[in-house]
Amino acid sequence: MPSAIYNIRGLTKSYGDNVVIDELDFEVYAGESLVILGRSGSGKSVTLRQLNGLEKPDSGSVIFDGTEITTLEERDLVPLRRRVAMLFQGGALFDSGTVFENVSFPLREHTDLTDDEIAEIVDQKLAMVRLSGIDGVLPADLSGGMKKRVALARSLALDPEVVLFDEPTTGLDPMTGATIGHLIRSTQRDMKTTSVVVTHDIPLARLVGDRVAFLEGGRFSFVGSWDDADRSEDPIFSRFLAGLEEEESHVA
Amino acid sequence: MSLTTSLQNPLRVAGRLSLLSAHAFMAAIAPPYELRLWIREMEQIGVRSLGVAAITTIFTGMVLALQTAYSLPSIGVKYYIGTVVSKSLVRELGPVLVALIVGGRIGAGMTAELGTMKVTEQIDAMRSMAADPVKKLVVPKLVATLVMLPALTVLGDFLGILGGLIVAMGQLQLTAGFYINDVLDALTLQDVSSGIGKSFFFAYFIAIIGCYNGLYASGGADGVGRATTNTVVMASILVLVSDFFLTKLFYILF
Repeated sequence: MPSAIYNIRGLTKSYGDNVVIDELDFEVYAGESLVILGRSGSGKSVTLRQLNGLEKPDSGSVIFDGTEITTLEERDLVPLRRRVAMLFQGGALFDSGTVFENVSFPLREHTDLTDDEIAEIVDQKLAMVRLSGIDGVLPADLSGGMKKRVALARSLALDPEVVLFDEPTTGLDPMTGATIGHLIRSTQRDMKTTSVVVTHDIPLARLVGDRVAFLEGGRFSFVGSWDDADRSEDPIFSRFLAGLEEEESHVA
Repeated sequence: MSLTTSLQNPLRVAGRLSLLSAHAFMAAIAPPYELRLWIREMEQIGVRSLGVAAITTIFTGMVLALQTAYSLPSIGVKYYIGTVVSKSLVRELGPVLVALIVGGRIGAGMTAELGTMKVTEQIDAMRSMAADPVKKLVVPKLVATLVMLPALTVLGDFLGILGGLIVAMGQLQLTAGFYINDVLDALTLQDVSSGIGKSFFFAYFIAIIGCYNGLYASGGADGVGRATTNTVVMASILVLVSDFFLTKLFYILF
């Protein structure tokens, strides 16, 4: 097994009286693609948002490449955030800027590249998501799938080591979802990134995940390979994978 | 419980406003200066508010002239129209009305913009790309308001006095020279500096409240709507209440 780039121990986060994640322990290995599955509201996104410091846990530790990040101030998270990109659920493109301004944003913030060099990188990243030639378009004029692809291009602009994906196919039709899935897979291979993908989309999870973890009741009830997942006897997880309805006792 | 919870909320807001102000101040003085963003905001905040500021102040000047002349006709008060119009406008009505009208417009705009960015995760996206939303979004709005609101106030003062002139000549049979002389005799440096001084404070209140309500908006479109209303109410009240204390302060200072 390669070395762990993330080491998470005892991660706990609650909102009011609602404990969303409860003493989570897991690792993310360099170069792998870890898929975190779970039902709506199971705390998947909350878990993901701890990995780049967007949210702070109540307790527990997140160690990224040897550095404890839960205690860092916003400005001290800059080096981490240059290496760890995030793709948001709705894309979260800046509406006020064009596609070009969106994709070039991290480059302008963090590099001293010339305008020509930036334009070249933006072209290259847009080509990776197969959206060449739409530099001047505003996000409002893009379809949901195109927004996600532009957002993917933006998240890859600084050649990150890790990409965090928050529900990358939510709100997309199955074909567009599959396109996004294949793009994620190809960028993982081409750029050799480590990925953490949070989703409840099983086909996407099977496509992009090397390892799978199932979040239920604030804890991982399963972590392992797809082969083990398919043999899992955890009743909720197997129903989840099969797309079956909840059992009576869980409907409440 | 009721006392602590009813005190908690305003205290929390005051605390967060202070922290946001401190953060914005530090971010504003630290290079690099995002001049392009500042100018874009100045256009948005200042230039696009010209029309509404002009209409408000011209008509206020005209009404002031009419009311003064009609309310006390017997004692020849119309010969002091220039004094009344210019003093009331420059000291009081110019800064306050411009702050209320323009402030409502720009404060609501800031909250709507930042609130939408917040609920669509654009603010988080900015943070995730290691950019400071306060530096990128709040500072340009704050700087632009601090520059443009006093500028609009000065312009509004001129236009209001011009409105008074129109009424003085058209309705009250005064000459332009007489009215202008009266204005110039009446206005002192203290009047002008106290009026403009106030508008800097108003600008700060409007921008910081507008940005704060946007950055802390939650709950989708509904939440952004509520935050926007909240900005208009909070900013207007703060302008009117602080106006009393600032008036007092400027009388003591000058």
